[in-house]
Amino acid sequence: LRKNVEDFTGPRERSDLGFVTFDITADILNGKNGLQTFRNKNSLIIFDWNVKQLFLYLSAEYSTKNNALNQVVLWDKIMLRGDNPRLSLKDMKSKYFFFDDGNGLKGNRNITLTLSWNVVPNAGILPLVTGSGHVSVPFPDTYETTKSY
Amino acid sequence: RVLRWGRGFGWPRSGGIRGGAAMDLFGDLRRMNKRQLYYQVLNFAMIVSSALMIWKGLIVVTGSESPIVVVLSGSMEPAFHRGDLLFLTNFHDDPIRAGEIVVFKVEGRDIPIVHRVIKVHEKGNGNIKFLTKGDNNEVDDRGLYKEGQNWLEKKDVVGRARGFLPYVGMVTIIMNDYPKFKYALLAVMGAYVLLKRES
Repeated sequence: LRKNVEDFTGPRERSDLGFVTFDITADILNGKNGLQTFRNKNSLIIFDWNVKQLFLYLSAEYSTKNNALNQVVLWDKIMLRGDNPRLSLKDMKSKYFFFDDGNGLKGNRNITLTLSWNVVPNAGILPLVTGSGHVSVPFPDTYETTKSY
Repeated sequence: RVLRWGRGFGWPRSGGIRGGAAMDLFGDLRRMNKRQLYYQVLNFAMIVSSALMIWKGLIVVTGSESPIVVVLSGSMEPAFHRGDLLFLTNFHDDPIRAGEIVVFKVEGRDIPIVHRVIKVHEKGNGNIKFLTKGDNNEVDDRGLYKEGQNWLEKKDVVGRARGFLPYVGMVTIIMNDYPKFKYALLAVMGAYVLLKRES
């Protein structure tokens, strides 16, 4: 799982707004990490007969002076059984505004981006799985006022 | 004369041929003596109490005030459709994290909403505020919250969705939308329980 990111912060009156562009290369079908703790212990197939869809989401996790833990979902996608399990997305912009609660993005050195997914079965338990591989992203110390997004 | 127990004992025989199950039914009712009636009523009460106890037990075990909910809208499609059943837990120590499916109630409104958490801000002392959005909706839920409310808190959460069964909740929706169906169902159940005889 690889992500490359470019990012900057724009000033807003009350809260920092972060901009992140990213690439996602993921191979859900053959990922080993998430499978071990859930139902399909013995098989490497995530999409079995009881999986209706996967709800994938890219979340940014970081801490600030204001809040010990922040999690913001930047992007999500629904992958139905039968869809191509390999993701290769380049230069994606975040789907949702990356607002912080306060001004904790400027100069924040450690934003961790993780790809996770919610397995939605045809019937049964709804597990949340975190993919292996996460990327740490630093935000610069200054605000950008000139970049367009 | 040989008298057969339960049939015609102490009662004048209904002469003639009066066919039909309805007559048999009334005949049955008249023949049941008081003791049998009390027995049937107690049986019925026991069934109702057991059901209530199971429900209360579920509330205790899951920590949620409503451990089983029916999905009412299509805002979480294609994962959940109207009529699906969701099983919830609401353990106090379970943190609220992005990506989880939560069922919450907006302050002052009765209807529980099933959506996904997309933003979480948690302070060191455990105070959490979070934002939700339905998978099938374009925008987040701020329009659904109370006037001026921008975030949800732990106290608004009814539970987290842990498991689900498709279609099963449709019965509840039908009973809600067509009250006559509900009464008919209750009448049939009541009649069955009261008249059923354990041989």
